[in-house]
Amino acid sequence: MPASLLIAWKDLRQRFRDRSAIMLAVVVPLALAAIFSMIFGPASTPTAFEYALVDEDRSPVSRSFDEDVLAYLEDEGIATVDEMEEAEARTAVSDGDLDAAFLIPPGFADRVQSRAPARLEVVGSVDAATATDVARSVASSYVQGLNAVRVAVAGVAHQGGSLTEGELQEVAQQTVAAAPPVTIEDISADAHVLDLKTYFAAGMAVFFLLFTVQFGVSSLIEERSDGTLSRLLAAPVRRSSILVGKLLTSVALGVVSLTVLVLGTSLLLGASWGNPVGVGLLVVSGVLAATGIASVVASLAKTAEQAGSWQAVVAVSLGLLGGAFFPVQQSGQLMATVSLVTPHAWFMRGLGTLAGGGEALAVLPAVGALLLIAAVTGAVASTRLGRIVEP
Amino acid sequence: MATDGDVMLRCTDLRKSYGPLLAVDGVSFEIRTGETYGLLGPNGAGKTTLISMVAGVLEGDDGAVALDGLRMDPSALDAKALIGYVPQDVALYPDLTARENLRFFASLYKLGRQEARARVAEVLDVVGLSERADDQVKTYSGGMKRRLNIGAGLIHRPRLLILDEPTVGVDPQSRNAILASIEALSAEGMAVLYTTHYMEEAERLCDRVGIVDLGHLIAEGPPRALTAELGQAEHIVMAVEGDLAAAVAAVDALAVAGRTTGDAGVLDVLVTDAESALPLVMEAATSSGAAIRSVNVQEPDLEVVFLHLTGKRLRD
Repeated sequence: MPASLLIAWKDLRQRFRDRSAIMLAVVVPLALAAIFSMIFGPASTPTAFEYALVDEDRSPVSRSFDEDVLAYLEDEGIATVDEMEEAEARTAVSDGDLDAAFLIPPGFADRVQSRAPARLEVVGSVDAATATDVARSVASSYVQGLNAVRVAVAGVAHQGGSLTEGELQEVAQQTVAAAPPVTIEDISADAHVLDLKTYFAAGMAVFFLLFTVQFGVSSLIEERSDGTLSRLLAAPVRRSSILVGKLLTSVALGVVSLTVLVLGTSLLLGASWGNPVGVGLLVVSGVLAATGIASVVASLAKTAEQAGSWQAVVAVSLGLLGGAFFPVQQSGQLMATVSLVTPHAWFMRGLGTLAGGGEALAVLPAVGALLLIAAVTGAVASTRLGRIVEP
Repeated sequence: MATDGDVMLRCTDLRKSYGPLLAVDGVSFEIRTGETYGLLGPNGAGKTTLISMVAGVLEGDDGAVALDGLRMDPSALDAKALIGYVPQDVALYPDLTARENLRFFASLYKLGRQEARARVAEVLDVVGLSERADDQVKTYSGGMKRRLNIGAGLIHRPRLLILDEPTVGVDPQSRNAILASIEALSAEGMAVLYTTHYMEEAERLCDRVGIVDLGHLIAEGPPRALTAELGQAEHIVMAVEGDLAAAVAAVDALAVAGRTTGDAGVLDVLVTDAESALPLVMEAATSSGAAIRSVNVQEPDLEVVFLHLTGKRLRD
């Protein structure tokens, strides 16, 4: 067996005997993923907003809001809408029994048709900010649609003053038909959003990956401080074999750790990672990238303790920046772009692609980015790691 | 000089510096097959640097190391296969058992599975750890670790065994066991390069010693020959209280006194005839204001040789 494999096998045997390595590689990320899923899991199953409609106008215009707009929300499972009296609706919203209520006052249609200011009121619960925002957006969108109709009708009336009232209504109906008052775009397919269980499982797995792979490359520093490196150097073993052995240890630990976490979170937490081949490609390339980063850190450190401390700082920083704890896309486009310097972001992005129904080859851009990170960090580390393989 | 056929190790004009510090400066020596050679010198003399170059662990700045005719350097795998290296610190994997440690090192030297298994059992027997073979090394006492440390250097039956201060911090019982093991290996024909600053170990084990100080090999030869070179010199050791420097100056001014040194309340002086010189030395010391607490007259040994050559003690 080549010396590098002998060294890697010896290291793995040591690490599997060292319970702290198993804790960091498997137990802690699995436990944290479970805890996060329990805390945030309910939010991952969206429930329909509960709205009320108070239609005191009872006109074709107010009915169109109910039948065309609110009915669409109900059909899509976005909201449930109950029609009720104003007092009842306000009380229900105030008590938190409803998320929001749409109030259409008497004479709403007349005011719209007479080009006078018309008011569609939204009453929202203070405990349902998102639902209220959505309700306001829906109402606003509908009102904008009405305004578009009014402008169109006014334009036609101005140019063709001989049109009858019926003809003007027909123009209005055509305008309404041409410009749907509310459009709701489902962005989830484009954003490739992971469900929360999978998100936290993947986030914790890739976050702890940096801690796991450091056990390989950092053991080179330990061997030097413990004196065993001089014994290896006196043996008929090439220095490059010692380095390769340590890198193999990191890669093996990383692959084993991620594989166990993928299987564990799938079986225990119900995470759905997607196409197994695609996940495998992401695991291998992610481990290589993490090993490259850990190698750079190890090559800069003078002691194993120093390497461990620096590794923790780097792991936490990259984890936060890369979206291992929360989706950085929520922090704006700038953060989303900056996050792409981290392997975490590409790993999560690749998984998102698989979650969006992508086939194995769909992860190739993410895999390519991870391999690029591995190549760059590996090249930097290789210029300095040789310094460690000295007595 | 031995013929090439007898020479196991030949070091020629070795030099190594660390920045401005010249750790090894032009050292040359040979070790013959079956010979035990001691490198004797105080801490910081350059012994570890020297043997690190011999073991191919460290690249020298200049000079050459040849092992059984093979040039040794950090990339010389053939030459490295001939040596067993026992570093000064215990160099073992504490989470592995003794058997696993030995098997790992055996595998690095390409011993086959069957051969390695048999050899591991033999070595465990030699170092007296057969009964604890499957315990993790971290559960061992310091002496047991030291013995296993030597065993790891023996696993592949090296032609030259290099031991760097193997008895530092070892209890007397383990120390005796280690020295007995080395004597047995030497009797089997193994060449041994042994560094120590314990002169009694060098006198017991070594066929020849090289005395190293400040990176130089300042004397070399069999221990008896080196002490004989001092002639009839004797060594007066006095424990004194008071102004040691004044006492040293007073004694050193005597015509009968050879090299005189003082350290930690102890005055050392070399004389040719202790019986006649002792009254003069004691009078000089007391007249300087020092109070003599004890006096000891010693036969010449390697400690005295070193003191004579360098003005320092080996344990400095």
